[in-house]
Amino acid sequence: MNILELHSLKKDFSSQKAVDDISFSIKKGSIFGLLGPNGAGKTTLLRMITGIFHPDSGEILFNGKKFHAIDDIINIGYMPEERGLYKKMKIGEHAIYLARLKGMNKADAMASVKKWFVKFEMESWWNKKVEDLSKGMSQKLQFVTTILHNPSLIILDEPFSGLDPVNANIIKEEIFNLANNGATIIFSTHRMEQVEEICTQIVLINKGKKMLDGNIQDIKQDFKDNIFKIGANLTPEQLMTPIFEVIKHEKDSVQIKLSKETTNNELLNYFIQQQINIESFNEVLPSLNDIFIKLVENSTATRKFNITH
Amino acid sequence: MNKISIILSREYFIRVKKKSFLLTTIGIPLIIMGFYAAIIYISLSESDEKQKIAVIDEANLFGGKIDNHQNSIEFKFIKNETVDSYIKKYKKDGYQSFLFISKDSSIKDKFQLHSSSSASITTIESIESIINKTVRAKKLLSKGIDPEEFDRMTQEASITNTIDSEDGSKKSFAEISYAVSFVCGLLIYMMMVIYGTQVMRGVTEEKTNRIAEVIISSVKPFELMMGKILGIGAVGLTQFAIWIVLMILMQLSIPFIFPEFMHQVSNASSSSSENVTMLANTIQGLSSLPLTKIAGSFLFYFLGGYLTYASIFAAVGSVVSEDQQEAQQLVFPVLMPIILGFVIMTKAVNDPNSNLAIFGSIFPLTSPIVMMGRITYDIPFWQITLSMLLLVVSFLFFTWITGKIYRTGILMYGKKPSWKEMIKWAFTK
Repeated sequence: MNILELHSLKKDFSSQKAVDDISFSIKKGSIFGLLGPNGAGKTTLLRMITGIFHPDSGEILFNGKKFHAIDDIINIGYMPEERGLYKKMKIGEHAIYLARLKGMNKADAMASVKKWFVKFEMESWWNKKVEDLSKGMSQKLQFVTTILHNPSLIILDEPFSGLDPVNANIIKEEIFNLANNGATIIFSTHRMEQVEEICTQIVLINKGKKMLDGNIQDIKQDFKDNIFKIGANLTPEQLMTPIFEVIKHEKDSVQIKLSKETTNNELLNYFIQQQINIESFNEVLPSLNDIFIKLVENSTATRKFNITH
Repeated sequence: MNKISIILSREYFIRVKKKSFLLTTIGIPLIIMGFYAAIIYISLSESDEKQKIAVIDEANLFGGKIDNHQNSIEFKFIKNETVDSYIKKYKKDGYQSFLFISKDSSIKDKFQLHSSSSASITTIESIESIINKTVRAKKLLSKGIDPEEFDRMTQEASITNTIDSEDGSKKSFAEISYAVSFVCGLLIYMMMVIYGTQVMRGVTEEKTNRIAEVIISSVKPFELMMGKILGIGAVGLTQFAIWIVLMILMQLSIPFIFPEFMHQVSNASSSSSENVTMLANTIQGLSSLPLTKIAGSFLFYFLGGYLTYASIFAAVGSVVSEDQQEAQQLVFPVLMPIILGFVIMTKAVNDPNSNLAIFGSIFPLTSPIVMMGRITYDIPFWQITLSMLLLVVSFLFFTWITGKIYRTGILMYGKKPSWKEMIKWAFTK
């Protein structure tokens, strides 16, 4: 069951195509990564999903029905990249205010704020003013205000920026928790290591277009480069062969790129015949970061190429 | 609608709970009340307390007696003393001052007032007027003219203006009407500028703080804008209501605090001191004005003017960034018609039926200020109706237009949009 489906979404800003024909769907209960470099159109896309912008064309389905901002907004929690809170407001009041704007009544808002403040050890902050909080503290507050109304879809734009490792971990744990309890999380970032750690499914967009869509493991398989790491003590002479080329030679390991026609077994055979003692043998999958850079650079290069010719 | 009221109440309470709000709302009327009380007190205490002045009449100008109708000063003639000898004694005898009339000098420097501390202007003025009156009377008598006859002959005319309206004739108090009109116009002008710029600053704060994006993912931009405008407007109304209540309390409390004063006012006659007569006139003048009509119009024009301009201010606030200079450039064209309204108002209080005044009080961008400047005068029914109607229409029109500029502007960061772009936002769906 998909909680969200986007069909050919388009949005232009005066001649510039911010989002250009993007479609994908997100499974209920998954942690979904929306990736892209700065200016790729992530924020515009998220603003359409949260009902801030109307798409120029295309369709958004929320829980299988056409997305209707006024009714569906209660089920969505959005933490924008550029966060903001009223500086002069007391923290407790501020959290209740934001919960009530989502449509909760006073008593429910109060109960929920209390529950979350206890969970994040923030009760003692209640009467503090927002301006007195450190950056990390206000980040935490912002996260809490995003999930106060128990949304089924939580959208987090760069949730870890400005957080120290301890607090980042608390929030990461909570993200897993929320997903286990059935919430769906859209996680927008350009920090790849976090995506690899947290997300099950990703979409990569660049210049308003979708570049990649799928499960992280599948994507890595698609982008693998036949690179292997062999744990063994080798001399340069032993590595002189047409079946692979050496990428990195270290004291007790070597990274090689296998030529396309060669199979793994042929490679192993080659070492065994030379009576070399192999301690380990792994395939090296590309990191998302590598894939990301490769894709983004390629698209920029082709674009440049197209312009010059 | 429900969400507008949540936003409204936040905007309202956050301002009303501020110390500066209490200070201006309660402080200003208290200061005015203090002045009022001080004036009354002084005018009462003057007539109460008799000032005793010793007189050494070396020239024997008065023959031992001064005819004195002004009962605040009592003269006592001292005999067998010279200036030099009495200077040392008069304080001991219980006088604050003594008047010395020298024998030989001319009338111009014949009189000297010796006092323990510098004498007040009013004291000197009253003594002068008593002396002049007496001297004149003596001179007139010596020429065989009856002083009372002379007074009757030289009496100056004074005009009483009676207004004949449908509710019957009544006395007009031109100065009071002028003052009330001017103050009403000034108040509307100030409230529009103060609360309008508050709306603008609030919107800019939300934008630069980036809270706008959080809130707009929960409510529609229009709801956020209206909640803010209405909340700040409610603050203005609260301030206005508190002022009215304090004003009424003040009026009601005067008879209890100063019972003699009211007595004097009701018997105001030529013998009362000038201050009392002036105050009596003010109170009579105020009660002759159609106060409910003025308060009602004030409320309407404040709301109409504020709502029209607040939405424009909100739109301006939504397109600027932190750059203050940028904001000023954009605010200036908005302030222009308000200032123009103020200028026309200063003319309208003098000449309420001039073409400029009539135009200014109907044109919706200046009407709230200019109409209040004419409010104490009789305004034809069609002018009021047209003016109010246009104000409502312009409020709806500007809210509709500016709502769309706001919607786009509040989420735009970076470069300030051009006028052309803003007009495009305003008229696209």
